[in-house]
Amino acid sequence: MTPDGKTTAKARGAPEVTLTGLGKTYRGASRPTFADLSLICPAGRITVIVGPSGCGKTTLLRCVCGLESTSAGSIRFGEREVTTVDAERRGVAMVFQNYALYPDKTVAGNIGFPLRMARLPKAEIGRRVAAAARLVRIEDYLERRPAELSGGQRQRVGIARAIVRGPDVLMMDEPLSNLDTKLRAEMRAELGALQRQIGATTIYVTHDQTEALTLADHLVVMRGGVIEQEGNPEDVFLRPRNTFVADFMGRMNLIEGTSGEGRLTTEEGDEAKLTGYPAGHRVVLGFRPEEVTLGSAVEGGLTVTAPIGRRELLGTEVLVTLRLGERPLRVRVPVGTPLGEDITISVPPKHLHFFGEDGQRIEFAV
Amino acid sequence: MTSRSTSPFAPGQIAIHLALAAGAVFMLLPFWLMIRAALTPEAEIFSGNMLTLGTVTLDNFRRVFAEVPIIRYYLNGIFVVVAIFLGQIVICVPAAYALARLHFAGRELSLWIVLGALMIPYQVTAIPVYVILAQFGLIDTRSALILPFVANAFGVFLLRQFFLAIPGSVFEAARLDGAGAFHMLFSVVLPMARPALVTFGIFSFVSHWNDYFWPSFVLRSDAAATIPFGIVRFLDAELGSDYGPQMAAATLAVLPLLAGFLLAQRQFINGIAMSAGQVE
Repeated sequence: MTPDGKTTAKARGAPEVTLTGLGKTYRGASRPTFADLSLICPAGRITVIVGPSGCGKTTLLRCVCGLESTSAGSIRFGEREVTTVDAERRGVAMVFQNYALYPDKTVAGNIGFPLRMARLPKAEIGRRVAAAARLVRIEDYLERRPAELSGGQRQRVGIARAIVRGPDVLMMDEPLSNLDTKLRAEMRAELGALQRQIGATTIYVTHDQTEALTLADHLVVMRGGVIEQEGNPEDVFLRPRNTFVADFMGRMNLIEGTSGEGRLTTEEGDEAKLTGYPAGHRVVLGFRPEEVTLGSAVEGGLTVTAPIGRRELLGTEVLVTLRLGERPLRVRVPVGTPLGEDITISVPPKHLHFFGEDGQRIEFAV
Repeated sequence: MTSRSTSPFAPGQIAIHLALAAGAVFMLLPFWLMIRAALTPEAEIFSGNMLTLGTVTLDNFRRVFAEVPIIRYYLNGIFVVVAIFLGQIVICVPAAYALARLHFAGRELSLWIVLGALMIPYQVTAIPVYVILAQFGLIDTRSALILPFVANAFGVFLLRQFFLAIPGSVFEAARLDGAGAFHMLFSVVLPMARPALVTFGIFSFVSHWNDYFWPSFVLRSDAAATIPFGIVRFLDAELGSDYGPQMAAATLAVLPLLAGFLLAQRQFINGIAMSAGQVE
């Protein structure tokens, strides 16, 4: 490939992927899938785009790799402008949700196909196929056909085919969504390690928040064609910018109401104890089911006493649904916690999130 | 469901096998009569016992080879079916791929035209096609047997359905792997279509090897004759009521198909099942 024999993105220095003012409107569609979208995917890192189905994340990915044309804006890989470059010349590799293997070719034939297209000598292809297969641990199956492999093995072939060229830019479109839960967790860890090893700038699309948080170096939350929040995954999780992100990343409980002296009154007139915050604000208050303590608050924060609705055993914890008036609130408590008719829970100030009526985050100086 | 019983002697099983055996006898009897007559001396053919072999002789076959240019018919037949099939691959695979996977103006309309062509029996267009061939001076040549069949609506439709059953992402993967239009067709689509092509190929080989109507329509002499046409001419001209050589010639005509069937039984059956509308 390169004259100096450097075949990994790491050795060459993978490019930053820059999207500027990108727009896409499908022919005949009344609304754009996304418009004026700008995003910088840091070089050599994993950018995870997460969002509910139909948010435009997959379309965005397909535009970046050239399978869809864009209606506006530009795409650059480092200094290289690729907006109008054909998919087959863009040099992007992709891992597909449904594997997209060539059914008539053996595993070796599948992995070696991009190299054959690049007209590499046979011996070189053989060497690189073996190396890629070893990396994803399918070296024992090189002569099988895709139909003879399990789902996990097929996706390993899909990954090997994507990395065999040593691509600078790597796309992953929900690569683990067709696998069962246990395998998914395993492959997730492997994918992360593999990406660090090859160092390609990776764009990873998923609807699974666990995948997004564990894999992302840079996390992008999308809804309805708009980037709701982006940044370091920890920041996104700990400081969601609005109620959508709060709900999507970590299923926050959200209570709309008005703050008063030492309390929060919901629209239906139910009350919870809330101390340490200014009165007279209409707010949406949020907290995660994992971040509650049993009993009343000691140093300010929120205290709710409410009847128990449903209980679901999750394993070491029980997910309890309380009813504050008509409003369900989910909290996780350890298995074996004595539960009566009513329960009192509290949330310390550091775990409370406030949003305005428009859904945007509010910071109170406490 | 007691008939899940594995015993071959269960009453239900016996009844089913008896019915199947009766059907098999009914289907095979004409073949047996043909082979028997081909192997029996002329004088003994109608001498009573029709079901068992009497004296076995190859005289009838010797007469066929001596009096009929059957080798030429064979070669013509092979040339014609192979040429038709190669032409069909060249025309139908790209057409089917385009109809299944490419986006272009008029795709829907093209598909309807193909479906329309599928519904018209080729006897309907025989005369216009004949006129065209005549104007190109192709009457009584092997080209006249080949050209009208290379673009086959059934083949296009069958392959299109096959390509539709393959996820679109496979073709997208090929594009990202660097396959341009040429490689897409020859390194991805064509090898992928092999199972469908085997099926369609068998269908095409059988129907054109056995075809009598079209050769009888566009051929004058036996220079370009394929087996069925050649043999019928031979029956008419030389051996009016010599049943022995007639049956020997008929045996020779079905022999390649019979051998092919025995060698590739599974594909044959898949082929028949597939032409009934099922892909895989």
